[in-house]
Amino acid sequence: MNVFLSPEMGHIALIIGSCLAFVQALLPLAGSYTGTVRWMQMGRSLACGNLFFVFLAFLCLSNAFLSDDFTVRYVAQNSNTLLPIYFKFSAVWSAHEGSLLLWVLILSMWTAAVALFGSRLPLQFLSRTLAILGLISVGFGFFLLFTSNPFERTFPLPPIDGQDLNPLLQDIALILHPPLLYFGYVGLAVPFAFAISALLESRFDSAWANWSRPWTIASWCFLTIGIFLGSWWAYYELGWGGWWFWDPVENASLMPWLVTTALIHSLIASEQRGVFRSWTILLAIFAFSLSLLGTFLVRSGVLTSVHAFASDPERGIYILLFLSIVVGSTLALFAIRGPVLMSTSSYSGTSRETFLLINNLILTVAVAVVLLGTLYPLISDAFGLGKISVGPPYFNFFFVPLTFVLLIFIPLAMRSSWGNVSTKAVSSWLMQPLLLSLLLGLIGSTTLAYWVGEKGNSLLAIVTMTCVSWVFVMILKDFRDKIKSSSFTLLPVRYYGMVLAHLGVAITVLGAGLYAASGIQRDVKMGIGDYAVLGGYTFYFSDIKRDRRSNFSFTQAEIIVSKEDREIVTLNPEKRHYFSNPQTMTEAAIDPGLLRDLYVSLGEPLDDDHWAIRLHVKPFVRCIWLGGAMISLGGLLAVLDKRYRRRKICSQDRANLSVQSASEI
Amino acid sequence: MRIILFAPLMVFFAIAILLWSALEREPGKLPSALIGKPFPEFSLTKLSAHNQYLSAEDLSGALALINVWATWCYACKLEHPYLQKLASNGIKIIGINYKDNRKAAIAWLERLGNPYSVIIFDEEGSLGLDIGVSGAPETFLIDKQGIILHRRVGILDQKVWEKEFSHYYSDSWE
Repeated sequence: MNVFLSPEMGHIALIIGSCLAFVQALLPLAGSYTGTVRWMQMGRSLACGNLFFVFLAFLCLSNAFLSDDFTVRYVAQNSNTLLPIYFKFSAVWSAHEGSLLLWVLILSMWTAAVALFGSRLPLQFLSRTLAILGLISVGFGFFLLFTSNPFERTFPLPPIDGQDLNPLLQDIALILHPPLLYFGYVGLAVPFAFAISALLESRFDSAWANWSRPWTIASWCFLTIGIFLGSWWAYYELGWGGWWFWDPVENASLMPWLVTTALIHSLIASEQRGVFRSWTILLAIFAFSLSLLGTFLVRSGVLTSVHAFASDPERGIYILLFLSIVVGSTLALFAIRGPVLMSTSSYSGTSRETFLLINNLILTVAVAVVLLGTLYPLISDAFGLGKISVGPPYFNFFFVPLTFVLLIFIPLAMRSSWGNVSTKAVSSWLMQPLLLSLLLGLIGSTTLAYWVGEKGNSLLAIVTMTCVSWVFVMILKDFRDKIKSSSFTLLPVRYYGMVLAHLGVAITVLGAGLYAASGIQRDVKMGIGDYAVLGGYTFYFSDIKRDRRSNFSFTQAEIIVSKEDREIVTLNPEKRHYFSNPQTMTEAAIDPGLLRDLYVSLGEPLDDDHWAIRLHVKPFVRCIWLGGAMISLGGLLAVLDKRYRRRKICSQDRANLSVQSASEI
Repeated sequence: MRIILFAPLMVFFAIAILLWSALEREPGKLPSALIGKPFPEFSLTKLSAHNQYLSAEDLSGALALINVWATWCYACKLEHPYLQKLASNGIKIIGINYKDNRKAAIAWLERLGNPYSVIIFDEEGSLGLDIGVSGAPETFLIDKQGIILHRRVGILDQKVWEKEFSHYYSDSWE
């Protein structure tokens, strides 16, 4: 077993996998131009072969971690014999080399999925798509092999024990966060490859949009879960109580998410009405480009970041070069082929097309804001103004109002109809919900003010509640109307998905807005027997103890929280000292609740019997992640819709047709 | 109309060139235009007292690190234990609390310990602008006369210290 899964075997498997990807990039593409059906058909088996070998390489690296093989340098740098077994496994993707291998593995998985589920696609289109995915795989495979080989051994003297996994990463959410995020990032390669194939064939009908949609939504779902999981991790692990920090690496995941959100909506319009075609293609290109840019920012270290665990400018050069070639040539192709994508059908005034366009514009502006803010230190530096970073105030200033405007338009797009709609028809169903949501907003903020004090009456709280009520009122009204004219079971699954996802967005905004408006915190000095009061809760410091677990020792406080003489919960915040690392980690203790979180983190000892303690009361903070879960679930329902499994028969004819036309070329 | 279609390509190349130039500059080791020049003049309050003013003269007198930090900066928290260690070895560290909240900053130090001999409270980021701060954390080294000798962007740890800072200190001890 061990000989079979040795690091050398992994290295060889990776080389074979990359070679297969290379063939996959050339042969089907050549076949699609010469009309050689056999070459085109090879794309699918090559994709599966590539997955087999890359997976083997990944197994070999995992095996090296699980068997504590410290002769492998990457293992020695990121693992340790004391590490619990599940962290040994997650340590595989904890640093640059391994996470890149995971990246390549996931790309192979998506490619194989396209090969397997893409049987309804015309052969020529499928083979070109697979070739482009192969090309991306080659780029990253070579990057891995030449600059960041995870299988390198240390000779002659391997260390007796490893350096241990970064304590920040020793957490359950961090086992899942990177793979999920990568599934999202890398999955965007599929709509990207679809867009290139469409440009190559100048084919851009509603069938194309229909093919692209499930892949786009699926990767968007992964991205959503990944981002929200990361934010949840940051919330409880970093010990600050915040949930989003506008860190460059967070922004790097937010930008593709925003673009993909726009893409999903633009694809709908393209499929249903044949509009926004150039725009849809462009979004598909940008979504993947931004995920490559994210990889570049994380890996090159051009921006200092929380997440800069493994950065190296030389690797940055490779990624940048790759990015330039891939994106540059795609955009050039877009510039040349673009005109044939001009849309045909018309729409006007207050139609769904208009509202989707507005939503798309808002999302695009949001991306531009985030991109500018993220790259600003580099821009100002290039113009000789020094490296100035903009920080959270800038992002909040632009992003928060944009979010509210977006919320206002979301239900409008859902309620309106396609085509030519008069303004009058819209305003007739607008007034009632508008007044109702204003009323709900005021009632809500008054209630909040009664509950958490005057902060509940702030402008932010009122605007948040009004906008959120607006989305809820409109969506529920729409739902009621739909049920009246149809029935529960007759409504398509994707409709439920849409409702759930948009309500999720509203819930997330509700959580974020109310948390920002009315969250309170206090830093106090406490010893045994002390108590502090915050937001009506009494925090009683009852005990402190020291102990150890397998790879760290810890100090744990016991804090009893009560309200109006009723004991609510006992919280145990911790401070951990990892044996292999001088870093101290804070483990906050949280009493979660839908309406409020109580959050306590233990700071440094101030003297022999007193500690610095941070207390938070955070109303509605859970809603942020609840909304995130709803958004992802909504996306999942949309992917499962049977609409994407139709059209097999007609595409079969098209396959024959396009093979013929290919041979004519 | 055709020209518009080239716009995305142009924007992309502008960004690519920008990123390229950023890589050339070697992140983290920014040669500041200020190196070899005296620390710029300023008049800002102490973090601990809003009525006590500090100026550039207060910084000179000994070889010292000037560390830009803030409570909103996560990397500063990671850097902090190492600063504590330096301070306990007798290295003088002056803090610039950058674009921060006074109360929060004081609480932060109470919680994590205070390695700074004195802290300049730069609420507006005006001093940060003068010395070209890119973000926190960032560390400058000044000599006895208050001349800037070195600048480091990002976390200062053992490795960086040995590579970029320690030789200044061994020189001065000789």
